[in-house]
Amino acid sequence: MMRVFVEGIGLCGPGLDGWAAAAPVLRGQADYIPAPANPAPSALLPANERRRAPKMVKLALAVGAEAFAAAGRDPATTPAIFASSGGDGETIHDILATLAAPQRDLSPTKFHNSVHNAAAGYWSIATGAMAPSTSLCAYDDSFAAGLLEAVAQVVSCGEAVALIAYDVPYPEPLLLVRPIGAIFGAALVLSPVPTQASFARLEITLEPAAAAPTQTMPALEDMRRATPAARALPLLAALACGGPAQVALAYLGDMALHIAVLPGAAP
Amino acid sequence: MTRLALGDFALVTSLGTGGPATLAALRAGRSGLAPCTFDTLPLAAHAGEVPGLDQPLPPAFAAFDCRNNRLAAQALALEDFRATVDAAKTRYGAARIGVFVGTSTSGILQSETAYRRRGADGRLPADLDYAHTHNTYALGHFVRDMLGLRGPAFVVSTACAATSKVFASAARMIEAGICDAAIIGGADTLCATTLLGFHALGVMAEGPCRPFDTARNGISIGEAAGFVLLEKPGPQHGPDTLLLLGTGESSDAYHMSSPHPEGAGARLAMARALVDSGLAAADIGYVNLHGTATLVGDAAEDKAISSLFGTATPCSSSKGFTGHTLGASGIVSAAICALALRHDFLPGSPHTSTRDPAFTSNYLLAGQEGRIGYAMSNAFGFGGVNCSLVLGRAA
Repeated sequence: MMRVFVEGIGLCGPGLDGWAAAAPVLRGQADYIPAPANPAPSALLPANERRRAPKMVKLALAVGAEAFAAAGRDPATTPAIFASSGGDGETIHDILATLAAPQRDLSPTKFHNSVHNAAAGYWSIATGAMAPSTSLCAYDDSFAAGLLEAVAQVVSCGEAVALIAYDVPYPEPLLLVRPIGAIFGAALVLSPVPTQASFARLEITLEPAAAAPTQTMPALEDMRRATPAARALPLLAALACGGPAQVALAYLGDMALHIAVLPGAAP
Repeated sequence: MTRLALGDFALVTSLGTGGPATLAALRAGRSGLAPCTFDTLPLAAHAGEVPGLDQPLPPAFAAFDCRNNRLAAQALALEDFRATVDAAKTRYGAARIGVFVGTSTSGILQSETAYRRRGADGRLPADLDYAHTHNTYALGHFVRDMLGLRGPAFVVSTACAATSKVFASAARMIEAGICDAAIIGGADTLCATTLLGFHALGVMAEGPCRPFDTARNGISIGEAAGFVLLEKPGPQHGPDTLLLLGTGESSDAYHMSSPHPEGAGARLAMARALVDSGLAAADIGYVNLHGTATLVGDAAEDKAISSLFGTATPCSSSKGFTGHTLGASGIVSAAICALALRHDFLPGSPHTSTRDPAFTSNYLLAGQEGRIGYAMSNAFGFGGVNCSLVLGRAA
């Protein structure tokens, strides 16, 4: 079992505009009102980088910055894990369409924006972070994989680590072969020990057997299923309620992450 | 970090298949680069192409069939590697062995081809299996299934540092008790996205790449797959066993596609790898550089090396042998460090004839015999991501 403490959360999804506004919805104390998610460009980026940053980068930076602000931690010195089920959809579509055209004039900016770790690169520039980051993917289970990597780093290195998970859909025609719902991003700042900012602890085990994933409230269940990063919703709802709660995340079809969400400090 | 044992590397590059073929090419100074036949490019680029990638995967793995997984399959098929994996499965059980592999472009070539075959309605052809080919995780899924493993898995995609960073991820997973061993490595293969993307950036070389040469003019792209078992040292390991002694990671916080001009992020990754391994710079007998042969990249790495190691530590880039294998460059570099440690041979740098006179590191133009205790491997990528590894012998 691995234990980590949650210091801060960032959230951006349809009708879920930031953790403070969304937490009452996730607790069932406020109605869910659907609305398109529209993350603002990061004020942390230099103007030219802000202009070139694709939608996925805006999303990742918005939720990452929110989580760090809540945690009161310096992102420049905190390692970060970036989890997504693919690269920026519009950028990759544009490249594929350009490569299929007679004149294959690729944009160099689009090319560097197409890498899976584009968000991590912009994050490093925006925050001045020379701390390590890892960008990873496990298809629909990318959030679970990112959480596993982040928690392993917290536990094995004894340092705080951020998890920033996000997905944006491809345009058509790729969307038809890889359907992803609306954009969704979530970030957690995790500490190995209780701190002034921490408000919940997670006790996580990886079980070598499939488990039915914990669902979320009916109004959000379609979102959870439609966008891989939104698989975070049951965990976020448990954190909004303060625990105690048990959350299961499906992982690779034959494994599961079991998470006990517990209030406050260590026993 | 806790020292971890490395098995034999299963490596396929344009130099050949397996350790002996790779070593023979390194000793002979024989480059795997040749005029690029994979695609029609607007300049006379060279590439490190691997033959035999027109053969489809076995029917049981047909869903995964794409150039990237085919190249991975070539490496996974190496008999010594399979024996090592089978022994590990017996020792630990399939659920306790992780798969942490890297790629930059996975099987995007499938979607490139599919976009050229879009129907009148704009739809992609029905035979495109996005999840098993194009998606970043496709490689991890394929490796896990092909090896019959049931442990944790993900694909690290940090551009050209991907298959170096998997060493660090796997070491943390083992340290945290999430798995007992891991298959690490990865694959990257030629595609129009990278060939034309690097051309668009103006960093593709005419002719073969010439790392650290005064006349260097850019990269040559190669393709490669490599895998290795990482586990805690046990009674099965003799004194010849190679160890992962340390990893060091950093970010540049500078630019998406240009390295920090002073190599600050690169230096930090190398320094962190030294601290992690408990070694001093003077202990390192050879550095396999990232050295892609771009004007700014090589200059930054030379500054970083010289400021950390001084001017005596032998170093070379293998990109003149294999080309820049992008997401696979980390595992290629680590495998070459392993060959250097095991066979007392420090490789040179084919196509590099005149060292940049402004450089101060001890760059090896020709291979040389020499027994070393420890080697460092560097890989740096887009997004300013840097990773260095320290390898050594058990005794």
